[in-house]
Parts: sequence; C-alpha cells; structure tokens
Amino acid sequence: MNKMVKITIDGKTIDAEEGANLLQVARDNGFDIPGLCYYDKVSPTGACRLCLVKIKEQKGLIPSCTVKVSEGLNVTAFDEELEDVRRTIVELLISEHKLGCMTCDTASECALEDLAYRYNVTVDNLPFPVKTKYESIDDSSPVLAYDPNKCIVCGRCVKACYEIQGKGIIDFIGRGIETKIAPDLGVDWKNSACDGCGECIQACPVGALFEIPSVGKARKWEVEKIETICPYCGVGCRIEVEKKDNEIVRINGVDDGPANNGRLCVKGRFGYEYEMSNKRLRTPLIKENGKFREASWDEALTLTARKFSEIKKNYGGNSIAGLSSARCTNEENYIFQKFMRAVIGTNNVDHCARLCHASTVAGLARAFGSGAMTNSIRELEFADCILVTGSNTTETHPVIATYIKNAVLNHGAKLIVADPRKIDLVKYATLWLRQKNGTDVAWLNGIMNVILNENLHDKEFIKNRTEGFDEFRMVVENYTPERVEKITGVPKEKIIEAARIYGTAKNASIVFSMGITQHTTGTDNVLSTANLALLTGNVGKLYSGVNPLRGQNNVQGACDLGALPNVYSGYQKVTDPDIKKKFEEKWKVALDDKVGLSVVEMMNEAHKGNVKAMYIMGENPMVSDPNLNHVEEALKNLDFLVVQDIFLTETAQLADVVFPAYSSFEKSGTFTNTERRIQLLNPVLKAPEGAKEDWEIVQELALKMGYEMQYNNQSDIMEEIADVTPIYGGIHFYRLGKDGLQWPCKDENDPGTLFLHKGKFSRGLGHFSPVDYIPPAELPDKEYPYILSTGRILYHYHTGTMSRKVSVLNEYEPGPYAEISPELAAKLNLKDGEEVRITSRRGAIVTKARITARVAPDSVFIPFHFAEAAANRLTNDALDPIAKIPELKVAACKVEKM
Amino acid sequence: MKNEAKYENKIVLSNVGNIDPTNINDYIETRGYEAAKKIVSNEYTPLNVIDIIKNSGLRGRGGAGFPTGAKWEFTAKEKADKKFIVCNADEGEPGTFKDRLILEGDPHRILEGMIIAGYAVGAQKGFIYIRGEYSTAIERITNAIKDAYEKHYLGNSILGSSFNFDIEIKKGAGSYVCGEETSLIESIEGKRGNPRIKPPYPGQKGLWNYPTVVNNVETIANVAPILLNGADWFKSFGTEKSPGTKIFTLIGNVKNPGVVELPFGITLREIIFGFGGGISNDRKLKAIHLGGASGAVYDGSILDVPLDYDALKEKEGMLGSGAVLVMDEETDMRKYLKNVLEFFKHESCGQCVPCRIGTARLCEMADDIIEKGGKEVNIEYMKHLTDVMFKSSLCPLGQSVIMPVKSIFKYFNNEF
Repeated sequence: MNKMVKITIDGKTIDAEEGANLLQVARDNGFDIPGLCYYDKVSPTGACRLCLVKIKEQKGLIPSCTVKVSEGLNVTAFDEELEDVRRTIVELLISEHKLGCMTCDTASECALEDLAYRYNVTVDNLPFPVKTKYESIDDSSPVLAYDPNKCIVCGRCVKACYEIQGKGIIDFIGRGIETKIAPDLGVDWKNSACDGCGECIQACPVGALFEIPSVGKARKWEVEKIETICPYCGVGCRIEVEKKDNEIVRINGVDDGPANNGRLCVKGRFGYEYEMSNKRLRTPLIKENGKFREASWDEALTLTARKFSEIKKNYGGNSIAGLSSARCTNEENYIFQKFMRAVIGTNNVDHCARLCHASTVAGLARAFGSGAMTNSIRELEFADCILVTGSNTTETHPVIATYIKNAVLNHGAKLIVADPRKIDLVKYATLWLRQKNGTDVAWLNGIMNVILNENLHDKEFIKNRTEGFDEFRMVVENYTPERVEKITGVPKEKIIEAARIYGTAKNASIVFSMGITQHTTGTDNVLSTANLALLTGNVGKLYSGVNPLRGQNNVQGACDLGALPNVYSGYQKVTDPDIKKKFEEKWKVALDDKVGLSVVEMMNEAHKGNVKAMYIMGENPMVSDPNLNHVEEALKNLDFLVVQDIFLTETAQLADVVFPAYSSFEKSGTFTNTERRIQLLNPVLKAPEGAKEDWEIVQELALKMGYEMQYNNQSDIMEEIADVTPIYGGIHFYRLGKDGLQWPCKDENDPGTLFLHKGKFSRGLGHFSPVDYIPPAELPDKEYPYILSTGRILYHYHTGTMSRKVSVLNEYEPGPYAEISPELAAKLNLKDGEEVRITSRRGAIVTKARITARVAPDSVFIPFHFAEAAANRLTNDALDPIAKIPELKVAACKVEKM
Repeated sequence: MKNEAKYENKIVLSNVGNIDPTNINDYIETRGYEAAKKIVSNEYTPLNVIDIIKNSGLRGRGGAGFPTGAKWEFTAKEKADKKFIVCNADEGEPGTFKDRLILEGDPHRILEGMIIAGYAVGAQKGFIYIRGEYSTAIERITNAIKDAYEKHYLGNSILGSSFNFDIEIKKGAGSYVCGEETSLIESIEGKRGNPRIKPPYPGQKGLWNYPTVVNNVETIANVAPILLNGADWFKSFGTEKSPGTKIFTLIGNVKNPGVVELPFGITLREIIFGFGGGISNDRKLKAIHLGGASGAVYDGSILDVPLDYDALKEKEGMLGSGAVLVMDEETDMRKYLKNVLEFFKHESCGQCVPCRIGTARLCEMADDIIEKGGKEVNIEYMKHLTDVMFKSSLCPLGQSVIMPVKSIFKYFNNEF
C-alpha cells in the first residue's frame, strides 16, 4: 500500500492513497461524479468527458479518471460550469442513442438512463432536432448481439476484451460520428475470432451489447440475483445467477470473485440451458427385462440395499466398487467414500481424477508433500516467466488463461509454451517448444541440463530446502541439448533459450495439465516439473511454483475428501494403522487396510468377474474412460449397477437402478477449486420434483443397509470433515463467506494458505527425483502410423452431459471431429469436413476431419466429449505404474478417408 | 506579378528551388550537414545545443507556437533507455502546403535538423511521419535518407563521431487528427490514430512510452541555420516574442496565390495586397480564414495587425499553420460555416463524446441554417456547444471548433 496523502474535494479534506484513481477516490467518498467510460478493471480512457473536474493550479477541465492522487490536490467536482458541461454531454449522448428502453434488457441498470434522469434530458427537450438514422443490429453470434444505435462508444468493451480477457478481438471501426465497435475490424460477429466469453457485455454500461439467450426473458427488476459457483471447470468462478420463476435468465461474473475477478468464459456465462432441460431425471428408475420403468424411492432404495447386501455377503465388500464424482460437492464425496468404506467395507472407491491428475497427486506428494497447485490462480498474472506445458489453458481453463495473457500483455512476462499442438497460447509466447508427444521428461531434463551448465541454479535453495540433488544431477547430466533434440524434436537452441528464460526469471511459474499427466510416465513427468522448480528455487514463494490445473469443478475436492482407493479424506493413508483406527472410532465400524481398486483396475476386475457390482455417482465412464469397448463389456458383465445422475447418461443406460439427483444450481455444499479454495454453493433453483441431493441418496441407502447415518444437511457433514481431516480442520460453512478458504486450513483461526511450502515443504525438504526418459507405451508403427492424442475444447465439457444440452454451445461446436494436419490431409486427399475412419488397436470411430496446422504433421487430435464418435474407443488404457493413470495422450492410430 | 524581393526573407526556404534536392552534394555545398558535423563531433554538448535553440526563441511552426528549446530541454532531462525524434510531416491543414515545399525541395535540411535534435535530447532514432498523399516528398525523403546513410551521415558513428542516429519513414493514411502529436504517435505504433490524454506529454511518454520530441517540418528546417548562424542572427528576424520567419500559404480569392516566407510582424495587408496582389476579379475582401480550419475567420479589420503568435491570441484566433484563405464579397458565410463544420465532422476521430457527437450536431444545425434560415436555428446553443467542446474535448481538434464558429457568428452576424 502506498502512503496516504490528503486531498480536498469541494472543500472536504479526504485521506487517500497516493497514486489512487481520483475518480474512484471521489466516488468512494460520496462524490457522485458521473462517468461512462471509466471501468475500474481497465486502464482509464478519459473519453466520455463526464468526469471532468477542476484542479487548483492546473489548466482547464481535467478528466478525473486519468488523474492519480497526490498530496494537496485541490479538486472542484461540482460547480455550475462543470454541471453545465456534463448536461450538454448527456444531451449529445441522448441525441445519438436509440431510446429503445421499453424493450431493452438493460433498462433500469443502464448508466445512460441514470444520467438522463439525473440531468433531466429527454429526446423532446433537446435544443436541436434529432436526425439520427438507425443501423442494423449484429446478432450473428450465437451468444451476443451488438446494437450500434445504443452504443455510446465508451470503449469499455474494447479494453475488456484486450486488457481483461487478453484477446483483443473487439476494436473501434469507422471515424467520427460513424465510429462503432466490431470484432476483427468489421467482420460479422459470427465469422470473427470471438469465442463468446461475454466479458464485453459485462463491461457495457448500456444495452448495446447483450446476451441473446436472455432477450425478452425478464426485466432487470423482476429477477432475483443469487451468487454461487460455476458448475464447469476447476477454476471455480463465482457467478451471479439472475433468475425468474425458477428459470435462469442470465449469468454474470462476480466482480470480487476470488478466482475470477468478474471474468467468465462462454460455458460459465451461457452454458446453463441444461439446467432447465426436460431430460432431467425426475424419478428413480428400475430396469426390468432390459427396459427402465419408473419406481418409487422406497422401492429403488430397498432393491439397491438388498442387492448390495447380498453381493457383500456372498462375495465380500471388495466385490463392490464405487465411483464418486468430481462434479458433486465435497460433502457428497466424503459421504460417498464413507459409504463405500464403512457400509460396503471396501477401499474400492475412486473417481475420474484417476484419469486426469492421479500422477500429479502422486508426483507432487513425493516431491513436495502435497499434490495440488502450489500457488493461487491470480498470482499467475504477476509471474515474470510462465512455462505452460500440456495445458491448452485457453480452452480448458479459460479464465486462468486470461491471467497468463495479462501477465504477457499487461506486465511484459515471458511465456514459454511446450506443447505438440500449436495452441492459442503460442500466439502469446516468447518461445514455443513443439515436443513429440510423450517426450516431456527428456526436454525438461534438457532444460535442467542447461541450467546446471550455465550455473543458473539456486545453490542456496538447493542446499537449505532440498534433498537428493546429487543423484538427480547425475541423471540430468546425460540430457545434453543435442541428445534432447534427437528425442523430442525440439531444436537444441530452443532448449537453451528456454533454460535461460526460466533460469534467470525472478518469479517463474510452471502451469501444466493433462499433456503432462496422462502418460504411462505421468508421475515421472510431474516429478520433472517439480525438479525444475526446485533447481531454480521457484517454489514456496509468491508468484513462483508448480501449478497443475484441475479439470472439473470439484475434482480437487473429490481427491481432498478421500474419493481415492488409497487415502481417507485429507490424503490420510488407508494403510496407516493409526489413521485407520481414528476412522474406525469415528465411524464406529471396522475398516479395510488394503488399498482399493482404481478406475481402470475396477473395469478390468469387472471384466474378469471379480467386481460384481458398482455404484456410480455423477460420472460417465462410458464416455470418459480409456478403451471404451472394454469398459462397456466390463459394465455389462456386472451383476448390479447403480447410477445416480441428473441425466440418463450413456453409463446410466447400462444401470439396473438409476437415482435422480440435484444439480449444483439446486443445492448447498462446497466445491474446492484448483487453487485449493473451498467455496460455498447457494441453491439458486428448485430441483425437479422427485430428485434428491446425492448425499441424501447415499445416506438413505446407508440407513437401509443398517448403518446409522444422520446428517441434516451438508453443513453437518462439513463439521465431521473438519473433525477428521487436518487440512480441512478450520473449514466451517459459517467461515466461508464470499471468498472461501484455501487449504491447508488447520483450525478455526487459520486464515488458510495462499501458496504452499513457504519456508518448509509439506514433507519437510523438497525432494529431487532422478528421472529418466521412457518412451510412451504405444508408438506409431507401419500399421498404425500416426500419433493420436485427445483432449478438451472450449465449448464442451467432459462427456457432454451438460454442455451438449446447451443450444448455443452446440451452435459453436455441434459434434465430433478430428484435427488433421494439412500434410496428412494432402496425403489422404482429404478435404475439410470430409469423413474419416480412425482406427487404433482397440477400436475405430468415424468422424469429420478438421484440417488445421494446429496439429503436428503426423498427429491426430480428437476431442473426447462426443459419445457418438468417442475418442476413448481408441485410447490406450496402459497405466502409469505408480499413479495408475492411463496414457490418454499417446496412442498409435491409422486414418482412412471414408 | 509576385513582389517577392520586397517581402521575402528566406531562412527555411533558402535552398528550395536553388539546389537539386535529389543530390546530397548540392545540399552539402550550401553548408549542409556542417552544423550537424560540428555538433556531433562534440564541439557542442547537448546542453549547448539546447541553450542555443532556447536563446534563438524558435517556436513550434506546427501551429501552437510552443518554444522548441523548452520542449527539447525537458525531453533531454527525462531518464530513459530510449528516446525518439519525430518529424511531423503529416501536413493536413486545409489550404496549407508549406511543409511539402521543404520536403520536396530540401529534404536533407530535415534530416540534419533531426540529427541535431537527436543529439540534443539523447535520441538515437527518428521517424518522419509523412502524409501518404505526398508521393514526391516521400520519394525525395526516402532517397535523401539512403544517400545520407551512404555518406555515414546516418547510422552508427555518424559524421565521424561516436553518435548513432537512424531515421525511418512512416506514411500517414489521410487522417487530419494524426497531425496532432499523440495521435501521430499512436499511428506510428501501428494503432488507430486516436489522440492520447495529456499529461503525460510526449516529452515524458511518447512513442512506445519513451520520451519523444515531436517537431513540425518547418520547425526542424530552422534548426541547422540557427546552429550555423547563431541565435542572435535568428532573432534579427521577426518580432521579439516570435523571432524568425513564417511560411504563409496564401489561397482563395487572391490574384497571386502561393507560398511565401516572411518575418513575423508582417501584416495580412502586406501578404494579401502586396505578395498576393489583391483580391481577384477586383472584388472586395470579405473574410480571411487564418491559420487553417481551426483558426478564426475575420473581416477586414484584421488586415493591419502585425502577425505573430501572441497578437492573434488577443484576437481570439491563431496563426496556426500560416494558411491565409481569402474570401471575396460574393462568399456566402452560411455555406462557409457548413463547409468548415463538415470538415471537423469528417476528421473527428470519434473517441470523445463532445467532438464525436458535437461536430455532427453542429453540422446538422448548419444545414438547417442554410435550408431554413438562421432565425429557425438555436444559434446561441451552437455557440454554447462549441464552448463546451472547447472546454471538454480530449484533443485540440474538438477544442478548436469554437474559433471558426464563434468568429463567423461574430464578424458576419448579419448573415444569420
């Protein structure tokens, strides 16, 4: 904080921070100076000229939004002359503004409307005739429309697009009175690079930019606004939901949302239609003779309890397995794993984190003692070097990408991108390393080899804070840039340059995601990123660290709360007798001390007939898991399958019993985002009649099976979590408020932890691991000559159960496709949009070709959201030996034109 | 016939028409690059150079008349890794083509002035932002730069010194407001040519936020002669507060339109009736639009005022670019008002509200005056609006609409 100074506004003395924005200070102190272009999240523009003030000893009228506070500033904010100027400016604006207020969705929250009222300006009392002609509206985008006749050309959208979202798609076109805004210098919105995040709408002070899906749904004063957490990715954006009559009208980013600071992506803002879908499940279903019929809760629960009890009795608890859910709340995950462990009597509980970040949890726990993002999301903006690898952040964590772009565009940070695909972030990068898929250990070792050779390592940090350096060094010494170039295909000069940029940075941060984790060497890859941070002392301090981005809204929480086969909540090992004893006492039941089955192992055991029944809560392995043909056979081989979900998913269709659940818009509870922040949900809408909250369903099942479980609500469950989980020890609903708390949070007085490992690693010393490069399990050969990789895209989410029920998202991206390089397309004589058959050793799909230089010449990329051409029919279920994560990022395939 | 001998006093245009502008040796023979050579070989410190320019009293010829030495001085005082010299050759003022003459007729004079400015403020890079339509000027400057590099007058260790200086050309795209220094800077940076809020001034944060001197072509063309002949020599021309000469562009209803370089203190009577030979068709003088579109429009009462930067301030006008547009008795001042307002509307960048919408509304009201007569239009509101635009517009474009509008209403009130 800067020093405080005294200024005077209209004779009143005010204490203000030196350098603060004068307009903001004035407003904060009750001087309601008007202004339309000022927007506190972007640099001042000074264009509307409404905030003009007089400053003693300075010439003329000065836009207060462009003035920084300094000692002794003597300001006149209001006098006759200033108000006269302001009134005239409002008159000019009104003369140019289409007064469509009667049908405007912004009416009553329009800044111009307020000013017209304040200065009593109407189109009838203007001192000149109005001759303005109207232009057509651009409503070609799926999500947003622009009415130039309402636009006041304040430029807030232009700056929001560039300075906040880092996209720079919107700009002014035309000059003078013809000036308006447009994407990509004047193309239709539909044909522009706009990805529909809607930041511009949120920045628009009038109704010039507006949400198409909200048009005509409700006047602003009719809606109720409730804040909750976005149901999509792991960023955990705080959203404000506007609703009317139990329907969502509009979603806005919450300006002081701790992770998103008001920002959202297209899914967060526009992806809510599924919530009101008529395909929601409303009653339990029981399958009889291959067909579902509706059933009462009592019947379905009784049947399930009886089946589970029988199988447990006949084959033992370990013949049952459960998949918990990264979409459900922390409390529900806790209850689910408790149910599996205490009621069923097995550690066979896992969830889809196995498929995304199991190797992160394993690797970072080994290196640092804690398997989560070391830093907070918004610290990224202030790192001076960011290494992004295996994360197409723009599409998978769109709001996090904005902070990376801010770092580059607004603060001059250097960005290194290591990715086989030319992802969007490459545009912002100082350096792009295009490694061959699955060679990450090699290039990371290469960078560390150069750092050591050039003496850029942090000797002090290595000496005081780490162990295992010498063994590590011996391995890394073998990875000369020349050798690394041969393995990875990255020119040695780039390896050297990357080493110098990262090695000389003051605050370097590594961001990674599934391009690093989804390999048979996933744990090794993660260990290598940790080695790099340890080597340069870039961990354990503000802005510097190792930051795995978690994919789903509550995947961090599902792991934290023990939906894993080896640990109870808070990563407490099932094999530790003291821990086991603690939980046995708490849960009043004997527990198993053997590590349970992981996701892919469950499917393998089901396939073999060793797992007889499964309980799946809010997951869809029939799309999300590798080697789907095998998964399908496994699930069909079960004696009994129970699925609870909000929709009849591909997996639910195979179930014997289906329970209808609440969505996250309908319930309370907490999600833990990727930066370890536990945030409170608020019920926004009433759930469909007949559905129940997931924890209630589990509790009722437990009761039916004779286990005493009596929670009144999710808050009750959190009290038990806090009691048994040291890292959540200080988490109570009443403490969470708007900002939540970041674990570790040990007790009621603990304010939580912004970044990890300050002064000391969770495990004591940071551990260097010597890691050698091992090639992927399956490499291209004559029969399957191309590399197949899979991943997510911006417009859809996970298995599409939610996003594919949203018409505007479908408009952007209606169905499956495969990215194919121009080189490969030429070889196959393939045109864009034509169908191809892609085959691996495990299956084949037919999909559309999208010809793009994003992919390397010999590679194919397929988004995995689309069940009808499911990428996972092709993927390899070979596992990382430590983390049991399958190698979803590398498989060999062949491509044929249909 | 023009009566040049009696009136003209050439400093800036001394070479124009007398040397081959495509031949660097012609320029060198007229003591070209001598001043620059003397300076960069450390005969003068940068401070010496600034002192000489300050003492000379040279004021910016782009229109505002800001003291050039002072501008250089505070740019020199800024601490920065880089600094820039920008020559504003985006001559867009209606009726003005003085800079074109210099650019086409004596291009090396500009380069030499920029080298000296660069040395004085500590800049190693200069840009000439030149009006895109000036194809001959662009060609001449381009060749001059090439020749200067060949002779090592530009580049590294120039003129046998350790001083480095580079010059690059940027072409404008026809926007009037890009003649305004901050818009010009935005345009060089590759952005939309919108003015910036001042402060910070270009001297503090200019091109890519580095300290930058922006000088008009005519200003820069004065630099080498001042350094060669001294401040006192320069002050022997013109008036006390506006020393030196000014190039006037005489156009409109005069017998001999053209460009003439005259010392400050000259009167419009001498320019129009002396150099210009009087009103064409022997009609009577009605109005003079002085200084470009942004200047005031006077009747004959202005004819005997000695012209310099300060005298015109008292007359609510400005010398501006030195454009003298003469209108005879047949001129319809209502149509002229519309014409001027149409220009401002067309050239408004659209960034700030008062200028963007104000110019459009004024234009429409001027239309109504022509169609319906002045009594049907709220002329008081038009004056009020120009007053608000003067007080509240972001850059000089919107701020200066008041000058022509108010003066037309003042001197030609009976026509409305």
